[in-house]
Amino acid sequence: MAVNMLIAGFGGQGVLFMGKIVAYTGMIEEKEVSWLPSYGPEMRGGTANCSICIDDKPIGCPIVLNPETLIVMNRPSYDKFVNEVVPGGVMVYDSTLIDAECSRTDIRIHPIPATKMANDNGLHGLGNIIVLGQVLKATGFTSFEVLSQALEKCVPAKKAHLLEPNLQALRLGYEYTVE
Amino acid sequence: MGQKFLMKGNEAIAEAAIRNGCMHFFGYPITPQTEVSAYMSKVMPKIGGTFLQAESEIAAINMVLGAASCGVRAMTSSSSPGISLKSEGVSYIAGSDVPCVILNVMRGGPGLGGIQPSQADYWQATKALGHGDFQLIVLAPATVQEIVDLMGTAFDLADQYRMPALILADGMLGQMMEPVEFPEKKEAPAGAKDYATTGTQGKRKPNIINSLYLQAPVLEQTIRDRFARYEQVKQNEVRVEEYACDDAEIITVAYGATARVVKGAVDMARAEGIKAGLIRPITVWPFPTETIAKAAEKARGMLVVEMSMGQMVEDVRLAVNGRCGVSFFGRTGGVVPSPAEVLAEIKKLAGGTN
Repeated sequence: MAVNMLIAGFGGQGVLFMGKIVAYTGMIEEKEVSWLPSYGPEMRGGTANCSICIDDKPIGCPIVLNPETLIVMNRPSYDKFVNEVVPGGVMVYDSTLIDAECSRTDIRIHPIPATKMANDNGLHGLGNIIVLGQVLKATGFTSFEVLSQALEKCVPAKKAHLLEPNLQALRLGYEYTVE
Repeated sequence: MGQKFLMKGNEAIAEAAIRNGCMHFFGYPITPQTEVSAYMSKVMPKIGGTFLQAESEIAAINMVLGAASCGVRAMTSSSSPGISLKSEGVSYIAGSDVPCVILNVMRGGPGLGGIQPSQADYWQATKALGHGDFQLIVLAPATVQEIVDLMGTAFDLADQYRMPALILADGMLGQMMEPVEFPEKKEAPAGAKDYATTGTQGKRKPNIINSLYLQAPVLEQTIRDRFARYEQVKQNEVRVEEYACDDAEIITVAYGATARVVKGAVDMARAEGIKAGLIRPITVWPFPTETIAKAAEKARGMLVVEMSMGQMVEDVRLAVNGRCGVSFFGRTGGVVPSPAEVLAEIKKLAGGTN
């Protein structure tokens, strides 16, 4: 399946890292991939975002303006992008961080209290990976196995001890059912 | 070839340079190309190469002149304001007939401008990156893989024609990650750099690398000789991609990252039954004048799209020479045009009368 994804949040929340994991799923499946970060002043404290495209054919424009899948990790990004999702698309957001009632009925909305779940399970700082697990569940953009492999590729060797908690977070997010 | 890596354009270009025998890099950091220097600084010391962060862009380009004079493959990279600073050194390198590779990861200008992607240095790159009568070979990749592929071309052509080659990229290409395959590492071809100042060992007259000629007729002759080489470059080294052009009535022209956006718009136009095509110059100097002139014979109209107020469009108009209408659409200052915007422009042309 083609991926047309925008991930947005504060710098430091692991937004670009999430994007990198998604991009690696495309690498593993030997597809065309692009990953484009915002690299402006927003990287230094404001909102950061990245666009990921995965397709069987070469990627044209790597900037995702109207995502099929939107992931938002803070309120400013929610406000900025909620109306950009294409009809029929999916939005996943961290409902611990974003208190919002979305009025759109033409997209599927998956709020997940990821930060709270991370804290409750001793997985501090892994809310982003929990969200990513939920994204997989909401979209089925790849398999759980491939996403786990991609995560393994993105956790650097010197942080290998963090792989297990990351995989646990991924599973937690994947198994969460939106009420 | 073989393994695919997911890499930023800036890192890929550094790795590609090394694999093409460039062992000497002189730079100065500037967004959005700093990863080139960062990569070089990590790798060069491990392989016995030179990474040197100079005190300024001007120093870096003159170090390239020095290294290239010794016959080695040398490179520098920067982004728009930094490239302007290098222009004096680039002119000296061209006037000294030594090869080198320069990378410009363009950002919005003029002045310090911004740090988002731009193509507003086209005129500078193709007409006047420094004072005097000279040209650079200018290559404009559109994907991270093409950056890698063109790196070898840039070094080879620079050596072959003894002139600087410029890779004209932009912030989007520099910052984005795409899968890339690298060629096998090769040594810089040893060989006939008989101009290089490598020591005479008492066996020959000293080589002198120089761009100062106080006798006007002598200077004129060096320039004429150089331009004879430029003619060969124009004859032999034009590279261009034609996409869906065979039956196209509306021909778009775009280079670099913009061409990707335009290709998307061309596909969208085709899906709506509009016969659109794209000509993508890969060398912007030498410019694919003939390809464009030929396409203009049967096109109803051309649309040039750039991330600038319209610079390459002038070269397109010269090539078209009145054979069909040429219109322009651009975003500038760091704003990237969207496929939808370009599609709207294609539709305008398609809907218009001949």
